Amino acid sequence: MREFFFNLVWLIPLFPLAAFALIVLWTNRNRLLSTWIAWIGIGLSWILGWTILFLTWQDIQGLTPPVDNYRLFLYSIPTSSTSLELGFQVDTLTSLMLLMVPFVCLMIFIYSKGYMNFGTDAVDPLYSRFFAYISLFACGMLGLVISDNFVTLLIFWEVMGLCSYLLIGFWSDKSYADPKRITPKEAGLKAFLTTRIGDVIMLAGMLLLYSQTGTMTFKEIFSPETLNQLATTYAFPGVSWATLCALLLFGGAVGKSAQFPLHVWLPDAMEGPTPVSALIHAATMVSAGVYLVARCFPLFIAVPGGAQLYVVSFIGAFTALLASTIALAQNDIKRVLAYSTISQLGYMIAALGLGAYVAALFHLIVHAFFKSLLFMSSGSVIHGVEHGHHHVHHDSPDHEEAEFDANDMLNMGGILQRMPATGWTFIIGALALTGIFPFAGFWSKDEILAEAWHDFIQGGALGLGGSWEFFVWLLLTLAALLTAFYTGRQVFLTFFGKPRTEAAAHAPESVPSMVWPLIILAAASIPLGLAGTPWANQYFTFVGEYFHMPGVHLHHGGFDPLIAAISLGVALLGWFVAWLLYGRKPLVEAVDPLEKPLGPVYTLLKNKYYFDELYDAIFIQPTIRLARQCATFDGKVIDAVVNAVGRFGRWLASWLMKAIDHPIIDGAVNGVGKAATWCGEFMRATQTGQIQNYLLVAAVTVVLLLALFLVRG
Amino acid sequence: MQVPLSWYLIVAAALFCIGLYGALSRRNAIAILMGVELMLNAVNINFLAFWRHVEVATGGLTGQVFAIIVITVAAAEVAVGLALIIAIYRSRHTVDVEDVDLMKL
Repeated sequence: MREFFFNLVWLIPLFPLAAFALIVLWTNRNRLLSTWIAWIGIGLSWILGWTILFLTWQDIQGLTPPVDNYRLFLYSIPTSSTSLELGFQVDTLTSLMLLMVPFVCLMIFIYSKGYMNFGTDAVDPLYSRFFAYISLFACGMLGLVISDNFVTLLIFWEVMGLCSYLLIGFWSDKSYADPKRITPKEAGLKAFLTTRIGDVIMLAGMLLLYSQTGTMTFKEIFSPETLNQLATTYAFPGVSWATLCALLLFGGAVGKSAQFPLHVWLPDAMEGPTPVSALIHAATMVSAGVYLVARCFPLFIAVPGGAQLYVVSFIGAFTALLASTIALAQNDIKRVLAYSTISQLGYMIAALGLGAYVAALFHLIVHAFFKSLLFMSSGSVIHGVEHGHHHVHHDSPDHEEAEFDANDMLNMGGILQRMPATGWTFIIGALALTGIFPFAGFWSKDEILAEAWHDFIQGGALGLGGSWEFFVWLLLTLAALLTAFYTGRQVFLTFFGKPRTEAAAHAPESVPSMVWPLIILAAASIPLGLAGTPWANQYFTFVGEYFHMPGVHLHHGGFDPLIAAISLGVALLGWFVAWLLYGRKPLVEAVDPLEKPLGPVYTLLKNKYYFDELYDAIFIQPTIRLARQCATFDGKVIDAVVNAVGRFGRWLASWLMKAIDHPIIDGAVNGVGKAATWCGEFMRATQTGQIQNYLLVAAVTVVLLLALFLVRG
Repeated sequence: MQVPLSWYLIVAAALFCIGLYGALSRRNAIAILMGVELMLNAVNINFLAFWRHVEVATGGLTGQVFAIIVITVAAAEVAVGLALIIAIYRSRHTVDVEDVDLMKL
């Protein structure tokens, strides 16, 4: 049975791919059919993924990754000395991702139908194309998690990058009155180019690994012998190949998971439709970077105490704190969530850098559930406010065409009364995100913090030095405080108090196909966390216990009442401060009460530490200037050279025509013709038409031949 | 007394030369045909002479059979040749081969 189901694993990404092809090629004119095809595609993947997971739970658990896993070998590309083997695999990490990815995708697919206004006049003109794109995206993510080698991993990784670009820029004809505000088209381009930087670094890492090991399959690269060889040979003095490759691969994760310094694309990716934000930029694609680090975890810990661990944990923790400070001063409901996503991804990355493999994956899974919930819920709010705005706008006689931002939390307030289902599910997601007992985020966040603390007290297995782990713990705890604060701010600004605009006052509850996925995901956010309590951590049993590497024993932090109290305490403190500022005295005017006391700090945070401006000044403008200069150089020098070569060619050709072609080549051809004519004229004389002449020649010839014969004997 | 082989060969050679001369020198197509017949019969004389002097000792019949085949072929040749000549005469009103030079380009 195990073999039977494992051999079907390649079908999982194929269903959404087939849905993509069907919609693009045939059914794109029929919106209802396209919806159903996309739903069925992802639904089949979900059923198959969960079937494999639940029916073969014991078998998968019996595997001991990274070396032992079930591989489905598909294709072998011969190269000069070895061969590139492409295939799929099932192990605990893969099946854990299969628990999350297809289910969250399915929820978002269902939600998208309502969000794209199916069945109303406002239906999106490219409705079917949207479903095609998200199906292709699902194919990319599902293929990524079942890849057993870096080649297919990179292919699916880039498929997702492409879908991300297409979907962020989905409303590519949208433009804003404010020229400084980024448009969807620019946002898509920005996301694509920013992640591309990481991808190039990652590709360099993969190629170096290949040059060192001669293989691309995880199984062979992560075998103890190969890792030992990588860890003990040096690229530069003091830098082993393992460290170098791990750092380069981490570059890809930094790009994809929007970690500092490549985090700038993710907030702008919110220009895409909200289901896309939920699907790609919260739940799945951005966690692909974390997945990559988790997949390559044996490589990262091959050199204990190596630079790569410091870099990974620092980038993660720093990003967690940085993004959560920026989130404080954002007014766009989706942007707050975007920074929150960056911050939570930072948690996972930091956890991996500290060796808290299980805790990171635990957080990845539960975060995907509650963050997609939060995004879809906020999408539902935006949708409601937009409808309210249209409603008011339609009724009012004076059609004033002021730019109305339905994403701005300052334009909302009191939504809970108008949209109770959306509001309550959002609040459940917010409680899960901030780590309030007993919601999922409490357990996963506590696990990460407990691991860091445990390593600080007892000395971690990875030899980072206790004070470093304390530093990371401190950054993450601060980030947890800020997370609770900005999430509380978001909840109070959006859902409580009085509506601050007419649009918010008239927002209707969303359609059932949008609300039900929210309820299901909200319901999932408690049991998923309870599966990972420190006393009976199923995630540890499933993923960690069987993780076999010589000399490495994954432990889990266990339950430390002090740490749990601190993390819960800071979360409650954050909520309390948020309530003091935004909940106690509901805002009347659309002005953030923090703006005045914080002064320039608020401006700094609101402008995201001016990262965009900084990158613009350091990288983009010089690049544009360089490009302009190159264009000038191209026009003046390269073109001149090319034209000169062209002219020389023409001159040479005409000279050759006169000097060689006419006298010699043509002469030879004509000469052959003339010779043939001359021969013909000569031979013509012999043909008289007189039969007796011919006969005479024959007779004379015979006589001569006879004479010759006789003479020669 | 047996006639020696060389006599037969001399007669045959003379007959062949007469035939060849006739075929080359006469303008009348029918006379050319007659020259050809002479040459064929010279060949027949050779066949029979060689049969009589060489082959008869072994009991073979090849020389005789060959002579009969040549006579048959000659008869057919005359039939076809005369038919051609009559056809040419009908279309061109002449049997003079110097006037029949259609093969000239």
